[in-house]
Amino acid sequence: MSSAAADTHAHEHGHGHDAHHGQYGGLMRWVTTTNHKDIGTMYLWFSFIMFMVGGAMAMVIRAELFSPGLQIVDPDFFNQMTTMHGLIMVFGAIMPAFVGFANWLIPMQIGAPDMAFARMNNWSFWILPFAGALLIISFFTPGGAPGVGWTLYAPLTVQMGVGMDLTIFAVHLLGMSSIMGSINIVTTILNMRAPGMTLMRMPLFCWTWLITAYLLIAVMPVLAGAVTMTLTDRHFGTSFFNAAGGGDPVLYQHIFWFFGHPEVYIIALPAFGVVSQVIPAFSRKPLFGYASMVYATSAIAILSFIVWAHHMYTVGMPVTGQLFFMYATTLIAVPTGVKVFNWVATMWKGSLSFETPMLFALGFLFLFTLGGFTGLVLSLVPIDIQLHDTYYVVAHFHYVMVAGALFAAFAGVYFWLPKWTGRMYDEKLGQIHFWLTMIFFNMIFFVQHFLGLAGMPRRIPDYPLMFETWNKISSIGAFGFGLSQLLFLYVVLKCIRHGPKAAAKPWEGADSLEWTHLPTPVPYHTFDPQPDLR
Amino acid sequence: MLKKLGLGVLLLAFCGLAGALEWNLQPAASRLAADIHWLHEAIMVLVIVLFVGVFGFMFWACYAHRKSIGHPASQFHENTLVEVLWTVIPAIILVAIAWPVTKVVIAQKDTSNPDLTVKVTGMQWKWGYDYLKGEGEGISFVSTLSTPREQIEGKAPKGPHYLLEVDNEMVVPVGKKVRVLTTAADVVHSWWVPAFGAKQDAVPGFIRDLWFKAEQTGTFRSQCVELCGKDHGFMPIVVRVVSAEDYSKWVGAQKAQAAKSADDETKAYTLDQLKSRGEKVYAANCVACHQGSGKGLPPAFPALDGSKVVLGPKNAQIDTVLNGVVKGGKPTAMAAFAKQLNNVELAAVITFTRNNWGNKTGEVIQPADVKARRK
Repeated sequence: MSSAAADTHAHEHGHGHDAHHGQYGGLMRWVTTTNHKDIGTMYLWFSFIMFMVGGAMAMVIRAELFSPGLQIVDPDFFNQMTTMHGLIMVFGAIMPAFVGFANWLIPMQIGAPDMAFARMNNWSFWILPFAGALLIISFFTPGGAPGVGWTLYAPLTVQMGVGMDLTIFAVHLLGMSSIMGSINIVTTILNMRAPGMTLMRMPLFCWTWLITAYLLIAVMPVLAGAVTMTLTDRHFGTSFFNAAGGGDPVLYQHIFWFFGHPEVYIIALPAFGVVSQVIPAFSRKPLFGYASMVYATSAIAILSFIVWAHHMYTVGMPVTGQLFFMYATTLIAVPTGVKVFNWVATMWKGSLSFETPMLFALGFLFLFTLGGFTGLVLSLVPIDIQLHDTYYVVAHFHYVMVAGALFAAFAGVYFWLPKWTGRMYDEKLGQIHFWLTMIFFNMIFFVQHFLGLAGMPRRIPDYPLMFETWNKISSIGAFGFGLSQLLFLYVVLKCIRHGPKAAAKPWEGADSLEWTHLPTPVPYHTFDPQPDLR
Repeated sequence: MLKKLGLGVLLLAFCGLAGALEWNLQPAASRLAADIHWLHEAIMVLVIVLFVGVFGFMFWACYAHRKSIGHPASQFHENTLVEVLWTVIPAIILVAIAWPVTKVVIAQKDTSNPDLTVKVTGMQWKWGYDYLKGEGEGISFVSTLSTPREQIEGKAPKGPHYLLEVDNEMVVPVGKKVRVLTTAADVVHSWWVPAFGAKQDAVPGFIRDLWFKAEQTGTFRSQCVELCGKDHGFMPIVVRVVSAEDYSKWVGAQKAQAAKSADDETKAYTLDQLKSRGEKVYAANCVACHQGSGKGLPPAFPALDGSKVVLGPKNAQIDTVLNGVVKGGKPTAMAAFAKQLNNVELAAVITFTRNNWGNKTGEVIQPADVKARRK
């Protein structure tokens, strides 16, 4: 490590006070930093900015769908909005948010001084703004951004303009970033735990990230392959997805969903990890069934590789294929059920209090389970054939992605803000943020189940009159939800600037190393030397 | 008491609202759809029971095991028996669900021995129907959205079947097994009729199939359900189910009309004849991209008004419309119309574009001109 000299330098002079942050100050500090805390912070802010950008696109979508007819945007632009909303939220907002948590927390929770590959860590973050920029620049190319849906199905992708190529390169960059981040996480967890911190003593958050990192390493190259094949089909005369040249459009879907289904758990597992830290802390009781949580997480990860075609029941698979993927998919309900039961059992006979992190964790538990149940409904082939590509599916995956991942991320931010900043957030505003988010979320998405059942296809800019009422309710909910997130920004900024000083251990039930072994706020360099936990 | 009354009124209002709104599956018109409804209801009951059970525990803990009422925290964190039970019981429930579902899956896939076979072709953005086998064999038409643009743009009040009406409906006899073969001309589309519980993607270059047997007469409406580009939301599916006698009558009428209106390619038409015919062809095939104003939606969909191609040599334009535009070996959004339109329709629409908006060439393109350019 050639930056060791600089680190030692910083260490000698910076010991005991936080002001010294490496060689550079100002902007260059953030560009050159190899500190896991700085990088974690950058990941979190980047993901919040992307969350706002993707959210603005959702507002355009819901504004157009407020009434039947075309009012605000033309159908082409509408398709670009749905595509970019999906890509930006999945790859720009949710995934980087959890990598941000991983950067901040994994070294502290396992008693390591930093991530294993500190400079690669810097690079994996700094790729992201460029990928995000490519996605946004695609709007300003001739033909605009691709209007093909975030799934980028062939052969529609062949018809798109140069924006499609920019999107493909953005996906390549995002994949590189994820793979590097994952290698870092795996190496850190496997090699840098403090003496005595055995694998089965790790906080569950570290476990879920270890498993997620393996999923990422396994499937991000698959996605890169799929989009590269799209690129060569577009420009270099190949016919991977073109029947006229001996290819098959459905091949794209198989490859995409071989990535896409594990991706669902890449997003969900770190959320499980956060919730598994928060619920015991506010129940003042250890996590119920720690070992079974680890096994259930692993089982979910393994099963996620053999269920991909349940996204494709209507492509015309043989009946045996449909049955295999249906049985395999329903199996996932078993380990997922174990996790839900464990969380409820953790609360049972605890001593519960309901600060904002706990509220979001409970919101997660309640709504994610609802999303899990609609997932069970959709796993059954005959019902899915009726509901595939309708708003029922839109409702289902937003319960998993928003009420699942996003609620968990909010829970995590409120939970660790005092540790990160040394200041407390405004509890009252935090709770208002929770209730607004909770109510408006359900207003948007609960009614979309009804739209889907009644037969409204997804990704349409205009709709028959019978769907009007639910769409109006959904749109109003969406505007409320969007505005509520500005309150979140305010709460966080207020905490950072004017929050009252946080107690050393603001949550009495928190028991992982960052709470028990480190002061609040955490110093810039921690666990050097490592603690002995034997 | 007052609180209860308020709650009651709220509940009643909610039920009233619910009655007026769509919030369940559309009424089933086939055995398959009825089976799907039954499965959906059964699974919903199961899901609700489980949901209430699990969250009953959670909310009870939230209520009774609060710190604020001084509930002490127990420290238990394991119970092998409970953990085994809540792994095994869900697994057993899943196996119990699997059996009835599997039966429906197998029935849904059984497209053997149909009474009528129809090929459905998804095209950007309309559906082509070809009656391949059974009564009505040989009937072939294209089905396009018939909702006027003014309604979509909010310049006219919307009709009751807004976005769910077409110029040519698919007609099938009641009580007969209909096998539908799906395919597509350009990108993936998906053909769906909710009332029949029938949905199948239409994949370009491949043939897939589904079947339905409508058990009641009536008109059943739906839309394309796979994102297929700009006008994905504007390619409805309408199936009219009629009695066996009415179906025979419809077949007879279709055949008679086909014989009568067979376009005479050898005839020479006047400019006005071609222009008025061309306007209709344009409205059905071109307007979605090139727009009623002829201004298109550049850069993806270029303007025809003042276009170099339209105002240039006629053969170049005929070739463009016949064969589509291919750039770098790949088809673009400009599709090939050689197989979709006959020579009279092509001559008409080309004449129309050369003599409409600001384009005033005065040229008349005859069917024979188009025929000469066909390969």
